[in-house]
Amino acid sequence: MTTLQKKTGTSPTAHLTPEDIELLGVELDAIRQSILDTRGEADAAYIRKVIDAQRKLELASRAVLLFSLFPPAWFVGTAGLSVAKIVENMEIGHNVMHGQWDWMRDPKIHSTTWEWDNASPADQWKHSHNELHHTYTNVVGKDNDLGYGIMRVDEEQRWHPLYLAQPLWNFVNACFFEYGIAAYDLELGKNLATEKRRKSPQFRARAKQTLKKIRNQATKDYVVHPLVSGPSFVHTLSANFTANLVRNLWTHSVIMCGHFPEGVETFERTSIEGESRGDWYLRQMLGSANISGSKAMHFMTGNLSHQIEHHLFPDLPSNRYAEIAPQVRALFEKFGLNYHSAPLPAQVYSAWHKVVRLSLPNGFLASTNAKNAPEQLKKLYKMSTGGPKVRRAIAARFEQEARRANAA
Amino acid sequence: MSLLALRDSTGRRRGAALRKRVVRVVEAATTPLSPADYLDLINPLRSGAELRGRIVEVLPETADSATLVIKPSKDWAGHLPGQYLRVGVEVDGVRLWRTYSLTHGPRADGCLSITVKAIADGVVSTHLVRTVRPGQMVQLGQAEGDFVLSDPLPEKLLLVTAGSGITPVIGMLRNLFSRAEPVQADIVLLHSALSRSEVIFGEELRRHAAEGRLRLVELHTDVDGMLDVADPERGLAAIVPDLAERTTYACGPVGLLDALEEHHGAHGLPLHIERFRTTMVVAGEGGTVTFADGRSVEADGSTPILDAAEGAGVLMPSGCRMGVCFGCVLPLREGVVRDLRNGALTTAAPGDGVNIQTCISAAAGPCQIDH
Repeated sequence: MTTLQKKTGTSPTAHLTPEDIELLGVELDAIRQSILDTRGEADAAYIRKVIDAQRKLELASRAVLLFSLFPPAWFVGTAGLSVAKIVENMEIGHNVMHGQWDWMRDPKIHSTTWEWDNASPADQWKHSHNELHHTYTNVVGKDNDLGYGIMRVDEEQRWHPLYLAQPLWNFVNACFFEYGIAAYDLELGKNLATEKRRKSPQFRARAKQTLKKIRNQATKDYVVHPLVSGPSFVHTLSANFTANLVRNLWTHSVIMCGHFPEGVETFERTSIEGESRGDWYLRQMLGSANISGSKAMHFMTGNLSHQIEHHLFPDLPSNRYAEIAPQVRALFEKFGLNYHSAPLPAQVYSAWHKVVRLSLPNGFLASTNAKNAPEQLKKLYKMSTGGPKVRRAIAARFEQEARRANAA
Repeated sequence: MSLLALRDSTGRRRGAALRKRVVRVVEAATTPLSPADYLDLINPLRSGAELRGRIVEVLPETADSATLVIKPSKDWAGHLPGQYLRVGVEVDGVRLWRTYSLTHGPRADGCLSITVKAIADGVVSTHLVRTVRPGQMVQLGQAEGDFVLSDPLPEKLLLVTAGSGITPVIGMLRNLFSRAEPVQADIVLLHSALSRSEVIFGEELRRHAAEGRLRLVELHTDVDGMLDVADPERGLAAIVPDLAERTTYACGPVGLLDALEEHHGAHGLPLHIERFRTTMVVAGEGGTVTFADGRSVEADGSTPILDAAEGAGVLMPSGCRMGVCFGCVLPLREGVVRDLRNGALTTAAPGDGVNIQTCISAAAGPCQIDH
C-alpha cells in the first residue's frame, strides 16, 4: 500500500474531473436525503426491538451461567453471552454513539447518554472514533486507526526489525481488543512518552475515567457474576472471559476488514487541505471495504460489513445501509471506481496478509519462493541484526529482486 | 423511647443498610446499564420507573376529538382537577412533547384521561386522535398548574370556556358531581364552540344542565357569532346578570382570555385563567442565539451556530465541523434551527430540549441553547 498521492502510474481517481467529483457529491447527498425522508416509525421499532432482544439474551445467558458447572450450561451460556456482547457493542453501541438514532429524541437511546459494555469510556471512544477516524479516514498521520500507532501499515513506513513481531502483536491486540481500544483512545503511547504529558491533568483525568470503567467492567464479569454463581464460580468466570475473548476477536476481525484489506487506499496529510464535500466522499469511498454475506452476518457486524456506506453516511440508521448499498455500488461503477467487497474469510485473509507482508521488509514476500527461502531468511537475519547501513543495502536488494520477480 | 421501639428502629436501619448493599451489588452486576434498564423489560410501569403510561382506551368525542384513558406508572403522584400534564408521544418514531389538561378528577381505576382535539397541521394532536391504539406507551410528566378550584368552593361560580378550553373545566365538574354529597355551589357554564356538534362533552354537559346541576349557556359561533365580552347588550353582563357575585374561571383562545382580563380588571371581579400555550414558531433567517449563562449572539441564517458562538467568544464543544461526529451536540431549549446541508428545520417548544448539531445548524429565529 502506498498513499494514493504517491502512487506511480495511474491513480484510481485520475480520470475524474473536479466537476465529476462535485456531481458525485450531489448524487450521494440525494441518496442520504432519500433515507432521511423515509426514516420513521419502522426504524424506531427496529432499534427498540434489537435493544430489547439483546438485553433479554444477556439476562437469559447469565441466568444459564449460574449453573455453568454443567458443561451444556457453560456452552449455551457462553455462546449466548458472546452474541449478546457482540450485538451490544456493534449493532447497538457503535451505532447509537454515532448519533444514528438521535433523531428519535429518546434520551435513553442517544449518542450523548449511551455507555457501552466495553473497556473504553463512551466519551473517549466518540472522540477518537467519530471525530478523528471518521473525519480523517485513512489519512496517514491523522487517522490513528491505521495500525493503531503500533503497526507498520504502509510501505513508506521505514521497516524496523521490531515489526517482525507485528503479526503476533496484532493477534494479542485482537484477543484483548477492548483494552487495546481503551489504550488507543487514551493515546497511551503518546501520553506516556514524556514527563510533561504523563503529568498533564487532562490525561490524568481521562486515565482515571478509563481505569474506573475497566474496574467496573471487570468487577461485573470476573467478580459479581461468578460469586452469584456459587459453586459454579470458576466456570462462570471462564465463561465470561471466553465471551469477552470471542467478542474481542470478532470485533477486531470486522474492524480490520473495514480499512485494512489489500487495495484499500490511504491518503497524504496534505491531500485533504481544502477538501470539498465531494472530495471527502471520494476519500471515504476509496478508503473503506465491505464484507459480503448473509443478513445474519451483516447484523452481527453491526452492519459495519457495509463499511463503505457507513463511512459515507455515518449518521444514517444502520438498518438502512443494506437498502442503499446497490445505489452506492452503481455510483462506483458510473464513476469508474473500485467497490471493494468480498466475503468475510477473504477480507480477513487479505487484511492478515497485509499485516504479515508489511511485518517484513518491502519486497521480501514477492521475491521469496520455496527454492530461495533459506538464502532469503539468512538475508533477513542479517538485516535484522545488522546496523542501518546493512539494513539499507539489503532492503534495496529485496526491492530490486521483487521488481525482477514481478516482471518475470 | 421504649426498648422495643429502639430495637425496632435499629432493625429498620439495618434493613435499609442491607437494601443499600444489595442495590450496590445489583448495580455492579448490570453496569454500564442500570438495574432499571432490565426491570423496564419486565414491568415498565413499576414504581421507580420513569413516569410513563399505557393507553388503555381511545374514545371518540366529536368528529375530530378523542379522549385517551391512560394507566400511569406507579409513581404518578396524583393531581387536582383543572391541572395539566406533559405527554411525550412518538410520531413517526420521533418523541414529541405536548401539554394536555386532565379531563377527570382522580379516578377510582387509577387511570388518567386527556381529551385531544385534532388541529390543522397539529402533528401530535392528529396522531393522538386518529392513529394511537390501546396498548401503546406514552411518556408522562407529573401534573402541573394552578388552575384549580379554591377550597372551600366559592358560592357562585362562572365558568367561561371555548373550544378545547372545556378540557380542564370538565375535569373540575366531573370531580364535583361525583362527590357523595351534592354540590351546593351555583354554577354557570358559558361555553362557546363552532357549532352544536363541535361541543366536546356536549351530551354530558346538557345532561348536567337538564338535571339542574348547572346552568349551561352554549354559544355556537356559526349562528350566534363570537362572544363580545364587554358588549352591554349581548356580552357577559347580559348573559350572566349576577356576574358581580361570581368568581370566574376561564380557559380558551388568547383573544377571549385577554378580553376577560380587561373586563374583569376594569370591574374588579375575581378571575382565574388557564392559557394554552401554542407553539406557533415561524422560521426565518438567522436570529439571536441565547446561552444558559445569559450571553447572546446575533447569528445570520448561513452561519453555523457553532461558528457564530465561537466568534463571540463562547466556549463550545466541537469536533469534525461537518456534521459527522456528533461531538458538538447541545440541547436547543426553544427556537428553530435549519440544517445547512439540506434545509431541514428543527423546532423546539419551551422545555423540549431537542438535541442539535451546532456545527451544521443555523439559527432560523431566536434560539435558546442550554450551554
